[in-house]
Amino acid sequence: MRERILKAIDKNSKISAKDLAIMLGSTEEEITAIIKEMEDEKIICGYPTLINWDKVQSERVTALIEVKVTPQRGLGFDKIAERIYKFDEVQSVYLMSGGFDLTVILEGRTMREVASFVSEKLAPMEAILSTATHFVLKKYKEHGLPLVQTKSDERMLISP
Amino acid sequence: MRNPLSKTVMSIQPSGIRKFFDIVTEMKDAISLGVGEPDFETPWHIREEGIYTLEKGKTIYTSNAGLKELKIEICNYLKRRFNLEYDYNKEVVVTVGGSEAIDLALRAMIDPGDEVLIPQPCYVSYEPCTILAGGKPVIIELKGENEFKLTKEQLANAITDKTKILILPYPNNPTGAIMEYEDLKAIVDIIIENDLFVISDEIYSELTYGRRHVSIASLPGMKERTIVINGFSKSYAMTGWRLGYAAGPANIIEQMIKIHQFAIMCAPTTSQYAGIEALKNGDPDLEMMCDAYDMRRKFLVHALRNMGLECFEPYGAFYVFPSIKSLGMTSDEFATKLLMEEKVAVVPGTAFGNCGEGYLRISYAYSIDNLKVALERIQRFVENLRK
Repeated sequence: MRERILKAIDKNSKISAKDLAIMLGSTEEEITAIIKEMEDEKIICGYPTLINWDKVQSERVTALIEVKVTPQRGLGFDKIAERIYKFDEVQSVYLMSGGFDLTVILEGRTMREVASFVSEKLAPMEAILSTATHFVLKKYKEHGLPLVQTKSDERMLISP
Repeated sequence: MRNPLSKTVMSIQPSGIRKFFDIVTEMKDAISLGVGEPDFETPWHIREEGIYTLEKGKTIYTSNAGLKELKIEICNYLKRRFNLEYDYNKEVVVTVGGSEAIDLALRAMIDPGDEVLIPQPCYVSYEPCTILAGGKPVIIELKGENEFKLTKEQLANAITDKTKILILPYPNNPTGAIMEYEDLKAIVDIIIENDLFVISDEIYSELTYGRRHVSIASLPGMKERTIVINGFSKSYAMTGWRLGYAAGPANIIEQMIKIHQFAIMCAPTTSQYAGIEALKNGDPDLEMMCDAYDMRRKFLVHALRNMGLECFEPYGAFYVFPSIKSLGMTSDEFATKLLMEEKVAVVPGTAFGNCGEGYLRISYAYSIDNLKVALERIQRFVENLRK
């Protein structure tokens, strides 16, 4: 049941427990209890809203930063990742395989803001060997959902 | 001038759904729960394969029966999903949608005067295609109390010495009914005793909920007297590609290919290549879409029952078939009034046969949000009727 709930709310966290209960053939109480469990266990970590900021204001930039670090003895990458993700500007941090170690996704109001974060906060950290900053020009799809206008229903209204 | 028109063609009634369609298209901003096709787009990897073959210039005819690789994949699929074994070389024909396959099967098997048993309510084409092929349609009126399954008694009562073919349209459009293993087993003996052939229209075979579809061809003694009709429209959301197929005994398929060859040549080449991709790599799509339909189905059935409309559990296709008999109106009146007053389009059950009177076909090939808005309006309408 857990997996079925997660699948159902993955792209729409607004579905009510009552509707979920009907759709999954369960009771509202059971659904509420299972969701609570998953929240407690940090399986469900939050319910953010997917916003296309481009349509609201232009002063917002996203950067993807490739970071090479020296892992620390006994702590690996986790400690340095934590030091990075604690900054509010940082949206996501992933440990990567391949040519670099961490992907840091950063949001700032201006390119200069991002640049100063990288040069003043990120790059000087002791464990960090190098950074490469890429700015996002346009977002097309996030969390499996296209950010561009979707088509309207063009099906005939009645068909056999 | 002489009358240019054939008496046979003129004897066929236009589809009841057509009449209602004309009213609906007049209505601006109507919400429709009336479609018979998926709301999903064809999965991208399938579309992309179609585009790729166009780029490569694969724009020529295929052999009449269809691409060899597609026929092999169809056989693999039928084995994998329904435990049916066919020889791709002799027992499969690829058609322009399931509808062509139905027409071919009827034309290949009917002699003038042969009777074809058609359980209704059902999809609109069996009856006219039978007439066009020179056969005589014999309607079996299915009953709500049997959840619109075909029973042994009903079948036995409809058989005469002229009966040759039984159409078996399950999972069913418009009722959502399915025939499970036990239901099929109950009618198999009569079919064999009376030496009937079955055209089993399984186009909705991937859309069953909580239980797997069983093909009648998989029951002992049935493969040699069954034409299985299937296709890509409903399962892979590929209605516009017009791609279907029939599988059955070599002697029947051979004659079907003959008609297909003269009337059609071959199914669209681009669609056939896309079909290969669908069968090879599309199983996860089937599951995703089926899960989504199931959630909407439960939602819709729950809401309709809450309104006090009697509604049996439909385990197949993407339709719910509630009864409105308690409201003292005909299906046609109800659907027309609902459209005029609340701007919601549903299809009267009578569009699928006279015994659909007192029922509506409501499609759940729509998003939950869309269903919610429509259901609120239907609820208001029903409450007003009860006042």
